[in-house]
Amino acid sequence: MSLFKNNADFKMDVLREVGNIGAGNAATALSTLLNKPVDMAVPTVNFIPFEEIADRVGGSEAVVIAIFLRVDGDAPGNMFFIINREPARRILQGLLGFNAAENDQYSELELSALSEIGNILAGSYLSSLADFTGLHMSPTVPSLAVDMAGAILSFGLLQFGTMGEDALLIDTTFLEGHQEAEGHFFLIPDPESFDKLFRALGVPI
Amino acid sequence: MMEGTLVKVGMADLNIAHDGSVLKTTGLGSCVGLALYDPQLRIGGMAHIMLPSSDIAREGQLNLAKYADTAVPELLQRMKSKGAITARLIAKMAGGAQMFAFMGGSDTMRIGPRNVEATKLALAHYSIPLVSEDTGGSYGRTVELSIQTGIFSIRSVQFGVKEI
Repeated sequence: MSLFKNNADFKMDVLREVGNIGAGNAATALSTLLNKPVDMAVPTVNFIPFEEIADRVGGSEAVVIAIFLRVDGDAPGNMFFIINREPARRILQGLLGFNAAENDQYSELELSALSEIGNILAGSYLSSLADFTGLHMSPTVPSLAVDMAGAILSFGLLQFGTMGEDALLIDTTFLEGHQEAEGHFFLIPDPESFDKLFRALGVPI
Repeated sequence: MMEGTLVKVGMADLNIAHDGSVLKTTGLGSCVGLALYDPQLRIGGMAHIMLPSSDIAREGQLNLAKYADTAVPELLQRMKSKGAITARLIAKMAGGAQMFAFMGGSDTMRIGPRNVEATKLALAHYSIPLVSEDTGGSYGRTVELSIQTGIFSIRSVQFGVKEI
């Protein structure tokens, strides 16, 4: 892979573990919020074409709810928490007793609640990463969008856009019960951030 | 929606079509969907432009479709090879949204408007008139160009379908 000169397989393993630690903490936070067990799949690290990234969440035109935040600090990048509408409805119902969003018209309160959930999850993901790597990483204010997956995710790929046709992202799927709360965490470090992450983790570059 | 063969244009991709087919690109956010059309020969072209200028490219082999300043000449070249004439061409475009709003937005945050500006500059360079556009806002769009009619239709989650 062009992004990593040496030890590509080992580096992918390290990034998978990075995702594991971050998403593990986020899953615990979600589980606490919902007061239910939340499982997560083993994170995948993918170097994939822009075209295929939206397929992970149902296709370019699939309508999803996305909470985006920019990671600032030593290893900048983009982070998305993406859920489909049905799981979002269940989370709102389970967490707050809201009984709406049947017709996709979310109220201010619902959008605010979803945004805050994304914020809590992303915050716990990032803080565990920062602890683990010793790097300074801070999230910006989260921003929420209900829109086509392609339109949303493409925004997170711009930094990779200047380098080629593929992006490297760490994808973790959350599952609660029978996939009721299925959601995706995408961490897309900026291309420049990988060396810093590896150096912090003692991986030979 | 519209009859004819569907010709898909991927992200950072471009393509041309004739014979009554339909050019389509999906999930435009800050990207720009640009359509060029020769009404007389009914030849159309579409590019899914991701970034404003190839000056910032660091890739080995440049993908011409990705940048506004390289996509327009490349699209033009391909259409001319099929007989289209620059003086007859019209342009329509959509996209260039700001999907996420931030305080103190950085350059990256403004990439949508910059893509729109750069595409207009490139069109002006070849004196191709931009006859209609649906750009800006903070929502995603899917666009189609009917080669038969020259109608450019735009679909979004909030506003349904509109034709320009």
